[in-house]
Amino acid sequence: MIDIIKEYGQAFLWTDGYQFTGIAVTLFLLVITLVFGFILSIPLAVGRLSKNRFIALPIWLFSYVFRGTPFFVQLLVIYTGIYTLGFVRESDFLDWFFSSGYRCALLALVLNTTAYTIEIFAGAIRSLPHGEIEAAKAYGFSGYKLYRCIVLPAALRQALPAYSNEVILVLHATSLVFTVTVPDILKVARDANSATYQSFAAFGTAALIYLALSFILVALFNRAEKRWLAHLRPMETSTKTNPDRLASI
Amino acid sequence: MLYGYGTVILQGTLTTINLAVLSVTIAIGIGLGVACCKLFAPGWARMLASLYTTLIRGVPDLVLMLLIFYGIQSLFNEVTGLLQTEIVNIDPFSAGVLTLGFIYGAYFAETFRGAFMMVPKGQLESGLAFGFSPWQVFRLILFPQMMRHALPGIGNNWQITLKATALVSIIGLADLVHATQAAGKATYQFLTFSLLAAAIYLMLTTISNLLLRYLERRYSIGIKQYSI
Repeated sequence: MIDIIKEYGQAFLWTDGYQFTGIAVTLFLLVITLVFGFILSIPLAVGRLSKNRFIALPIWLFSYVFRGTPFFVQLLVIYTGIYTLGFVRESDFLDWFFSSGYRCALLALVLNTTAYTIEIFAGAIRSLPHGEIEAAKAYGFSGYKLYRCIVLPAALRQALPAYSNEVILVLHATSLVFTVTVPDILKVARDANSATYQSFAAFGTAALIYLALSFILVALFNRAEKRWLAHLRPMETSTKTNPDRLASI
Repeated sequence: MLYGYGTVILQGTLTTINLAVLSVTIAIGIGLGVACCKLFAPGWARMLASLYTTLIRGVPDLVLMLLIFYGIQSLFNEVTGLLQTEIVNIDPFSAGVLTLGFIYGAYFAETFRGAFMMVPKGQLESGLAFGFSPWQVFRLILFPQMMRHALPGIGNNWQITLKATALVSIIGLADLVHATQAAGKATYQFLTFSLLAAAIYLMLTTISNLLLRYLERRYSIGIKQYSI
């Protein structure tokens, strides 16, 4: 294990001398995916609960399809599938976009996490107490302002435990991007494995890195929960019976 | 219509289903054992069980799969090298089943633990007060009620495992993804075949969704439904 860390340590951390690799790439993918996924899923979650079927149904379908298929298959469709289409290769922009493993991986990751996050946020909005919204309406809030000032702040807090779970799952999903030539942590581990044949040490190092990253994320979310869910503190005893909370590692 | 790859894909689909069912069975067994360890066992076993669930759930399933699959193979090779015997190759299917079962056992353990804790304590106490032995309390009072609470989680984990079987094609198993990619490579119809794979997975998850809803309704007969 020590010689693998000596030889591939730098590649595991940020670069192999030619390009960014390892943790740097994984974290880059994670952050970009989470930012885009978060921004996209808020309006889509609101739309998912819309009374207008022409808005709610397509969003439900998108979310259902992406939650019902494996991320690996989505990645394959986007990376190897779409590029075989003639019009994609003829259009300058589409050709540029789909020829890169990075962009395809990011697109697949964003679509995948958006599908799950929509459900998380929509569930949180749905579980808001009726009275809160009625009171807001009675005070004259409506439309955009109702959502910005009342619904979303409360719902996003409510969604925090489930969202932290999703963030960990996105981190885990990024380990698949080596299949589309993106040099993330697992790609370095595979290179180390094929060069040295020390499979256990190579993949073990990768596993330890992912474990550390997961723990850091969990710690960050625990702090966030302490801060933003402080008003729920007296209910802390109920976390023991809430499997959602348990599932967040 | 499928350029003659229909049977290959059908076989791949069957492999995927087999793999998912077998690994979920193993995972449920491991999960129950580990959940019981976490709740009822003495300190050291509890710690071991917590270590297992925390470590496994903190690492991506693909990394674990590669670690276990290649790692154990190289371990085997070393052992057979030492013993001067013939090289033992682990066959990919059982390796896949065992690996998936081992990984998702950790997720099932948390589901079962949560469900065990949802059964009101008073029921267990009154069971003991009525002269049931601890084993009888477990078998007749705790376990059946736990299953009802665990059902949504089991369904969830089943779907996650089903989708995770897509990864075994990376360790060389001829599953659905493997079959469709092979067909795609041969015909250069990647999009068609990848979409076909997605459609089959979607069909499988939809069917299991429906089945699950039926089971949930069945197991909560006599329990008042609350709607969110």
